[in-house]
Amino acid sequence: MTNEMEQLYQQVILDHARHPQGRADLGEADGAATAAVGHAGCTARSHQVNPTCGDEVTLEVVVDRTGTVPVVADVRWEGQGCSISQASVSVLHGLVVGADLPTVDQTAATFRSLLATKGAGLDDEAAEDLLGDANAFTGVGKFPARVKCALLGWVALTDALVRTGVRGDD
Amino acid sequence: MTAPFTASELATLRADFPLLARTLRDGRPLVYLDSGATAQKPQVVIDAETQFYTCTNAAVHRGAHRLAEEATDAFEQAREQVAAFVGADADELVWTQSSTGALNLVAYAIGNATAGRGGAAARRFALAPGDEIVVTVAEHHANLVPWQELAARTGTALRWVDVDDTGRLRTDTLDEVVTDRTRVVAFTHVSNVTGAITPVAPFVAAARRAGALTVLDASQSVPHLPVDLHALDVDFAAFTGHKMLGPTGVGALYGRRELLTDLPPVMTGGSMVEVVTMESATYAPPPQRFEAGTQMVAQAVALGVAAQYMTGLGMDRVAAHDAHIAALLLAAVADLPGVRVIGPTDAADRLAAVSVVVDGVHAHDVGQVLDDAGVAVRVGHHCAQPLHRRFGTTATTRASASVYTTEDDVAAFAQALAGVRTFFGVEAGQ
Repeated sequence: MTNEMEQLYQQVILDHARHPQGRADLGEADGAATAAVGHAGCTARSHQVNPTCGDEVTLEVVVDRTGTVPVVADVRWEGQGCSISQASVSVLHGLVVGADLPTVDQTAATFRSLLATKGAGLDDEAAEDLLGDANAFTGVGKFPARVKCALLGWVALTDALVRTGVRGDD
Repeated sequence: MTAPFTASELATLRADFPLLARTLRDGRPLVYLDSGATAQKPQVVIDAETQFYTCTNAAVHRGAHRLAEEATDAFEQAREQVAAFVGADADELVWTQSSTGALNLVAYAIGNATAGRGGAAARRFALAPGDEIVVTVAEHHANLVPWQELAARTGTALRWVDVDDTGRLRTDTLDEVVTDRTRVVAFTHVSNVTGAITPVAPFVAAARRAGALTVLDASQSVPHLPVDLHALDVDFAAFTGHKMLGPTGVGALYGRRELLTDLPPVMTGGSMVEVVTMESATYAPPPQRFEAGTQMVAQAVALGVAAQYMTGLGMDRVAAHDAHIAALLLAAVADLPGVRVIGPTDAADRLAAVSVVVDGVHAHDVGQVLDDAGVAVRVGHHCAQPLHRRFGTTATTRASASVYTTEDDVAAFAQALAGVRTFFGVEAGQ
């Protein structure tokens, strides 16, 4: 096994792929994406596909708007795909559940920046603290074909958050 | 029984393909098992394009100067070479950009005939509501989506022939699926996923009984088998250059002469007309009628050279070599726990394109481990999503061979594949 492979498939990634967090049976939704707005929170769903390999993720986010800043109260998802895409959604779950919206946005942006470093890493302690387990995806940046896999869940989250309508309250 | 290439023949042959000599990271040799996607090119094919641009380049079928004549001769000689290679006559062979281009050409020409274009002669192709188009579950998207589009444009229905659990087309259902409402039967000669070779005769017979046209996707067969389109007796056939050791950007549509004569054009413009006034135009006879605009001349010339090269190898030998590699690939994966073949597991009537599912590991991850060992395979749905769905999966890992594939290539593939489940912590027997 080459060094690149070991960097790509970090143990953290393999563990998350084997024991995914937040994975649930979402059941049927009306169409590819739905949004439901309640008094305290809103729930929305996004379905994303990577057409090159057929990976799929359906992600549902619940946003709590009772406080001064909207907070991601829960994320549930189902999907099928490679270990990189599935582990990435699992890591996403751990990072964003309980986080407020500005922190979620910053985490998503930092994760995208990390994958753009072509494996070099961000060399930024604050960024590393923010990303937690997601730092394990540093090596994915060396494999351009796999970057999309790592981003699939994050694309679904970004889309689902827009669908909650919570952005309009900013 | 024709013998496969000997080790020394294979070594000589491989020396014709410069790319096979390159190495990957850490100096690993390349194990190229993705020829079903695109084949590598022998030096004579690479040189043919350069030679054309260096010595002969000019516009074809126009201009009266010496170069124009030589370029036209080279272009038309290539047509003769490629037509002869597939058992057709030169005037039955239309250059297209690819198989996809060829299949779309037929589908859109039928659509144009349905819209009333092409005069009285083209009415034989016109579809009406209630008519049906038959395809198969094994089709590459290129021989499925154009027919879906045609059906949608013409108000006709799409029906299909299923495969059995070994990936063989259900020829026993042809009489149910192909009826007197059927106007077109479009089917693959060899599945790019299962590698299964379609028995063409029952499809042609069913279509004949129904009075339907046959359209054969020969993309995967022409590079690996002796193909005689006249003997197969299909009405149209599509194949592509880059899978048969030729360049990208060139493919061909075969059509029976009397059908091409009546078929209306699709692409229109220069070079496909006879008389043009401000109001209308009359069309050139085939094949020029279907070759509007500047053609891919250098690629066509090089494809002629590729056909000559394969003829020189002997297509019987090529087929025997392919069968040999198919048997080795099947034997190699049969020994691996948790590895399941999507397609026939017996080596008869199939090509050396073997797609597998590795239980518990996604194809993309399988491909990554193989790539790390220098083994290039295709992972994903291989542009055949319905067929993957039929087998309850979204993605497979496919090893596919060509004339230059060796026993060592198969061994390297098998060795790398054997390590996949261990790497991802999926225990044998799980």
